[in-house]
Amino acid sequence: MARVIVDVMLKPEILDPQGQAIARALPRLGFSGVSAVRQGKRFEIELDGPADEAALDSVRKMAETLLANTVIEDYTVRVEG
Amino acid sequence: MSAARVGVVTFPGTLDDQDAARAVRLVGAEAVPLWHADHDLKGVDAVFLPGGFSYGDYLRCGAISRFAPLMEELIPAARAGLPVLGTCNGFQILCEAHLLPGALTRNASLHYVCRDQKVRIEQTGTAWTNSFGADQEIVLPVKHGEGRYVADTDTLAALEAGGHVVVRYVGNPNGSMNDIAGIRNEAGNVVGLMPHPEHAVEDLVGAPSTDGLGFFTSILKKLVNA
Repeated sequence: MARVIVDVMLKPEILDPQGQAIARALPRLGFSGVSAVRQGKRFEIELDGPADEAALDSVRKMAETLLANTVIEDYTVRVEG
Repeated sequence: MSAARVGVVTFPGTLDDQDAARAVRLVGAEAVPLWHADHDLKGVDAVFLPGGFSYGDYLRCGAISRFAPLMEELIPAARAGLPVLGTCNGFQILCEAHLLPGALTRNASLHYVCRDQKVRIEQTGTAWTNSFGADQEIVLPVKHGEGRYVADTDTLAALEAGGHVVVRYVGNPNGSMNDIAGIRNEAGNVVGLMPHPEHAVEDLVGAPSTDGLGFFTSILKKLVNA
């Protein structure tokens, strides 16, 4: 059993109005010193077996096919633990 | 001659399929209901992908729908020349399916926009816009939260250079790049747009215009002359 984390973020050049809204809200709540916020998605993939290279390849394929839209998003894959 | 048959797809969460079917019938074509879970296009001559919130917009708008059984039939058929029009969620599905380039993202304002919108028809050579005059300005309803068209610089330049921008906003409601409201594929058989022609076909329901009829008369003309 292993857990693989896929983080999906909008590409840097794509406007993220949600992140901007969060960044604007923070000072109102008393949090200072924040210059920017980007919002993304985190997927926790529970594997039946170990996170070997074949399993990670499969997760990368999942990210490429469904979890991320690579036209506008980048993704990273890592093993938790 | 039998009537032109236009398929109207229903996914779980589709909202505008009945209006689309009605618009198809109004111009004298036959509306054929297509179900997302079927591997069957029922031999239709064209397909309308209506708006709504298919699969609850889970993950990303259109991201789940593009893998529906019906789409496994529709994607190759569209690549082979079947006329397909996607409006709103239908446009999002066409982009997720890579039948059209780019993507539709959260409105820059973060507000859901619901209003009568002036747009300009910039390409009249497509299967869905041949009834309009060159650069004709029309008014259609828009209603979406994620309609901001984005694409990388090269794609955007190619769209403009190739005349692939079919519909452009006059007064941008959502922050779309280059005021893009709708685009076509290289062959011109696949068109996607955020505004809703199917909601602007009858005066009775308080539509801002009946300008939307042009999309339906266009496809009829295309199919009858084919």
